[in-house]
Amino acid sequence: MNPKAHAVRTGFSRGWTEFRQTLTNGQDLFSYLFVALVFLVVLFFLREDTVEGTPISNATASLPGLLGMTIAFGGLLSTAALLAQEREDGTLLRSKALPHGMLGYLIGKIVTVALMTLVSVLVLLVPGIFLFDGLLAGLASGWFRLLWVLALGMLATMPFGAVLGSLFDNPRAVTGIGMIPIMGLVVISGVFYPVTVLPGWIQAVAQIFPVYWLGLGMRSALLPDSMLAVEIGESWRHLETFGVLGLWAVVGLAIAPAVLRRMARRESGSSVEARRQKAMQRVG
Amino acid sequence: MTMVNEGGAAPPSAFGDGAVLEVRDLRMRYGSVDVLKGVDFSAHKGEVLTLLGPNGAGKTTTIEVLEGFRMRSAGHVRVLGTDPAEGDEQWRARLGVVLQSWRDHGKWRVRELLAHLARYYEPYSTAGGSRPRDVGELIETVGLDPHADKKIATLSGGQRRRLDVAIGIVGRPEMLFLDEPTAGFDPQARRSFHDLVHQLADEDTTILITTHDLDEAEKLADRILILADGRIVADGSAEQLAAQLPGDAEVRWTRDGSRFVHATPDGTAFVRDLFAQYGDEVADLEVRRPTLEDVYMSMVKRHETGQGHAAVSGFAEVDR
Repeated sequence: MNPKAHAVRTGFSRGWTEFRQTLTNGQDLFSYLFVALVFLVVLFFLREDTVEGTPISNATASLPGLLGMTIAFGGLLSTAALLAQEREDGTLLRSKALPHGMLGYLIGKIVTVALMTLVSVLVLLVPGIFLFDGLLAGLASGWFRLLWVLALGMLATMPFGAVLGSLFDNPRAVTGIGMIPIMGLVVISGVFYPVTVLPGWIQAVAQIFPVYWLGLGMRSALLPDSMLAVEIGESWRHLETFGVLGLWAVVGLAIAPAVLRRMARRESGSSVEARRQKAMQRVG
Repeated sequence: MTMVNEGGAAPPSAFGDGAVLEVRDLRMRYGSVDVLKGVDFSAHKGEVLTLLGPNGAGKTTTIEVLEGFRMRSAGHVRVLGTDPAEGDEQWRARLGVVLQSWRDHGKWRVRELLAHLARYYEPYSTAGGSRPRDVGELIETVGLDPHADKKIATLSGGQRRRLDVAIGIVGRPEMLFLDEPTAGFDPQARRSFHDLVHQLADEDTTILITTHDLDEAEKLADRILILADGRIVADGSAEQLAAQLPGDAEVRWTRDGSRFVHATPDGTAFVRDLFAQYGDEVADLEVRRPTLEDVYMSMVKRHETGQGHAAVSGFAEVDR
């Protein structure tokens, strides 16, 4: 029995168990799905209006961008928040005390976050298909594109989420402070309106980060070419999407292991105890 | 058990082949504060050691260095023949660490978590014993069978602590570290924990326990170590430590309605003479030897006065 491969398998079952626990826990489920439900309601009221000069409904046109944003949120914020929280509560230290426990832990976390992100995407996409015209036709031809953008998007965001979660000691700071730059990115990345209405320099900044490309990738998978008029260069730019997301994934996967190792090395009973004391002070 | 012989810079063992734990001149410095100033001790296979000492004396630091969770500043340390700073996963599989838990894995059920954590040990069975332990038996051993299917977040403090102990031994460790394991135990849980420690020692598990409970230390330990001012200031069985103390045994008795108290270095001899002289007239006899508590208080006091005091209070801040 190869111990490393065994730990990876154990990690997969860990991820599945935690996914199951999240799905059967009302509070967790609510926090994952609340945003998606709000978006669905807003889109529902937009469905009668069409995008100027096209027969496409505003709801159909907006939903892919929201899917892209959901993936970025899952990959960055869920990963970061879970890591910081489980560092504080001692889950990580417990894993460190096991043979190849950190490997199993990380695999488990990746599986849980990936599955939960997938659920968040489905919660938006499946009702969307029934409620809004044109999405099913888009999906029929673009499903493969949707899958690779989804997979690459997770690879591009999760390692940085892990780095973010390693740097902050306080889980509440991760969701608080981490939220601000990500919301900023969402605002400039053409999620809620076409990126081309923004000044050129903002468009340039947005194209550095994965949120824009995730949105573009989802639009290219689900929308007809008649929607290209509002995109940069009037093109879906598949190659660029693959290139930028791929680059983020490569850089993230190169940095994250070292940051995670450094973080894991510093975990000990007294560091967990110190965080516990701090957390107790915040509560009390 | 086979000892891993490391070549190169490692000095030869001064403790013989049976040493599972070797600590020589262990030093730890945080900034300009010396927390450990040369800790020395060793343990043989199957031995139970308790590490006593005032808060901030460096007990947790010492145990974390041995667990491989903290880098030492200097000194020679071997746990199961391996330097903890370089311990690999094979080595890790032979250790058990009982951590102070708080609220980790709150959504997991007791049996579910134990079974999951046990899986990590599956590739590490040896001729000496199969890993991991049977989870059902383990749950019974620590008395959690009525709670096996409960979510961990719903357990009481004492039940959670028993789960911590179960997690620590699920991999059938050869060396077990317990940092204040009985905090929050009721007397019954404490008693069954003591039985468990004896049972583990019978299976040749070497055990290092830190505790504040002197009574517990006396009951459990083959050997008691007292850590004060960054050094081991006492090392021996409870009886040996008591004998080191210059204090005398105190003999009390009554005769003809009068009370007598006498201090003597040899209580047994004194009582023998007493009976030889007065026979049946002696009543209400009490011989009180110095207790572990007396030894502890006097040792700690001696080492915490003067220069030692500054170092100890300095550490308390670093550790927080």
